[in-house]
Amino acid sequence: MILRIDGMRFSYNGHPVLHDVTFEVGQGDLVAVLGPNGVGKSTLLRCINGILKPSSGVILVEDETVLKLEAMAVARRIGYVAQHQTTGKITAFDAILMGRRPHIRLRAAAEDLQIVDGAIKSLHMEKLALRHIDRMSGGELQKVAVARALVQEPRLLLMDEPTSSLDLKNQVEILQLIRRVVREHAVAAVMTLHDLTTAFRYADQCLFLKNGGIHAAVAPQEITADIIKDVYGLPVDIHHHNGFPVVIPK
Amino acid sequence: MHLASGTLNRDYARYTRRKIALIASGLLLLGLAALYGIATGAARIPLADVIRSLAGAGTSRRFDMIVWQIRLPQVLAAVVAGAGLAVSGAVMQSILRNPLGSPFTLGISHAAAFGAAFAVMILDSGTMTSTSLGAVAMTNPLVTTASAFAFSMLASLFIVAVSRMRGAKPETMILAGVALGALFTAGTMFLQFFADDVQLAAMVFWTFGDVARASWGELSLLASVTLAATLYFLLNVWNYNAVDAGDETARGLGVRVTRIRLWGMLTASLVTAVIVSFLGIIGFVGLVCPHMVRRLIGGDNRFLLPASAVLGAVLLLMSDTAARLILAPHLLPVSILTAFMGAPVFMVLIMKGRGT
Repeated sequence: MILRIDGMRFSYNGHPVLHDVTFEVGQGDLVAVLGPNGVGKSTLLRCINGILKPSSGVILVEDETVLKLEAMAVARRIGYVAQHQTTGKITAFDAILMGRRPHIRLRAAAEDLQIVDGAIKSLHMEKLALRHIDRMSGGELQKVAVARALVQEPRLLLMDEPTSSLDLKNQVEILQLIRRVVREHAVAAVMTLHDLTTAFRYADQCLFLKNGGIHAAVAPQEITADIIKDVYGLPVDIHHHNGFPVVIPK
Repeated sequence: MHLASGTLNRDYARYTRRKIALIASGLLLLGLAALYGIATGAARIPLADVIRSLAGAGTSRRFDMIVWQIRLPQVLAAVVAGAGLAVSGAVMQSILRNPLGSPFTLGISHAAAFGAAFAVMILDSGTMTSTSLGAVAMTNPLVTTASAFAFSMLASLFIVAVSRMRGAKPETMILAGVALGALFTAGTMFLQFFADDVQLAAMVFWTFGDVARASWGELSLLASVTLAATLYFLLNVWNYNAVDAGDETARGLGVRVTRIRLWGMLTASLVTAVIVSFLGIIGFVGLVCPHMVRRLIGGDNRFLLPASAVLGAVLLLMSDTAARLILAPHLLPVSILTAFMGAPVFMVLIMKGRGT
C-alpha cells in the first residue's frame, strides 16, 4: 500500500473542514477526489503532503508517517502539483529542473538534466523547453507543473486540478501519461477534478467528498445517479459509453 | 521513474554556457574597471605603475601611497558595496516575489539614516571637521556607524517579526517595510527640525553615500560580511528558485518557505545595514542591478545572484570613478550619481519591459 489515511481530521480557525477521512491507495492506482466547490478537496491534498497539519489521524506513505518526515524526505516521496501556477523569467527546462530539488544538494548532475529532458520529450514540449514561462499560456504552464512533479520521481503524485486550464487534446495527453506512469512505475496518484466524465474515464477509484467527509468511495463502474445527486444536489442520468460512465444532468 | 530516454539537451547546455560566459565577461570588465579606477583621480597614475605597485614590484613612494592608502580601499569598497547591495536586492526581490524589493523600498536605508541622525543629535557624534582630502568627517564616526547599524537591524527585525506573525507573506513584509520607511523618514525630519546648523550639516552629509569613507579595517569587515552572506545566498539558490515558483509549489518541493524567506530577508538586511552604516546611503544599485541582470540572463537565481553581484560591483565602481572625474578636482559622493543614473535606467527598464 502506498498511501494509508486513517481517521484524519482538519480544522481551520476552529471550524472543522475535514473529518474522519479514511482511505487507502495501492500501487498503480489513480484516485480521483470529487465533490462540489469548497468541500475540502484541495485541503485534503495539502494535508497528505504535510503543507497543512491535520488536527488528528494518521497519514502513512509507504508505512512512514508523513508528519514525522523531514520536508525534503516528504518531497522525495510525494510530488505535488498546486492548483495555481506562478510565472517568472525562467525557462520551462529550468522550471521543470526544479522538480529535482529534493534530489539535488548543490548543483544538478547530468542525470538530473537527462531526467528533465526525458519528461520534456514525454510531454512533447521540446519546442517550449527554452521558452520563458512568463510567455506561456495557462495550459502550457500546467504541463510544466505536471512535468516538474513527475521528475521528482515520487512514490505518490498529488495533483490539484491538473487539467483545469488544458484543452481537450492536452487533457487527454496529460491524463494518459499520468496513468501510464502510475501503472508502469507502480506508483500512486491522487488528483482532484471537476470534470466527472474525465475522472470516470481515467481513475481507478473515485472518492466523493460531502460536508468534509467521504460520502462514497467507488470504482467508476459503480457510480450511481443517487451518489451524484447526494453529493452535488443535482438529478442526473448515467449513461455508459465504451464501458465508461457518462453523467448527463436531467 | 524515467519517463523517456532523456539525453543531455545541447540547446540547454549552450544556453547555460552563454550565461556563464556573460558572468565571466563581467568579471573581466570588473578587473579592468578596478585598474582604471585606481589609476584615475586628481593625480593620474600610469597603468603600468598601478600594476607594479599592486604587484609590489617597486614604483615611486608617492604612487604607492596613493594606490594603497587612497585608491585601492576606495575601489575595493565600491566593489564590495556594489556586489553586496545588488545581491541583497536580488534576494529580496526573489523571496518577496516583488520587483520593488530593495533595501531602499523596505525602509532599511531610512532606518540607517535615522540612526545616524539620532547619533548626531542625541549621542553628540556630529561635529564636523574637514580632512586634508577635502572630504568631511564626523568627530565620532564609530558611534554614528553603530547607531545607523543598530536602527537598520532594528527595522529588519521588526519587518521579520511582523511577517512571522502573519505567516511570512511577501505582501506583509513589503507593507511593513514601507510603513517603517515612512516612520523613520518622519523621525529623521523631526530630528533635523530641532538640529543646529552643524548637526544638520552632519546629518545631511552622512546620507551622501560615499565609498571613500572606508578604511582598511572597515573594508575587511564589509568584505567579510558580504562574502559570508553571498555564500549563504548561493547555497540557497535552489530554494529561492522554488520560492519564485510559488509558496505551495516550493513547499511541495521540500522547501521550508517561511524559514528561507525570514533568513534570506535577515541576511540581506544585515549586508545592507553593514554597508549603509559605514558608507552612507547608496540608492538604486540594489533595485536596478537585479532588473538589468534579469533582462540579460533571466530569473534563474543560480545565475541571477552571481551576475547581480558582478554587475553591482562594476556599476558602483564605474559610477565612483566617474563621480571623481565629473567635477574634478572636487569629489562627488557616488550616491548622487547612482541616484541620477538609477531613475532613468529604471524607467527605461520599465518601458522596455512592457508587452514582454
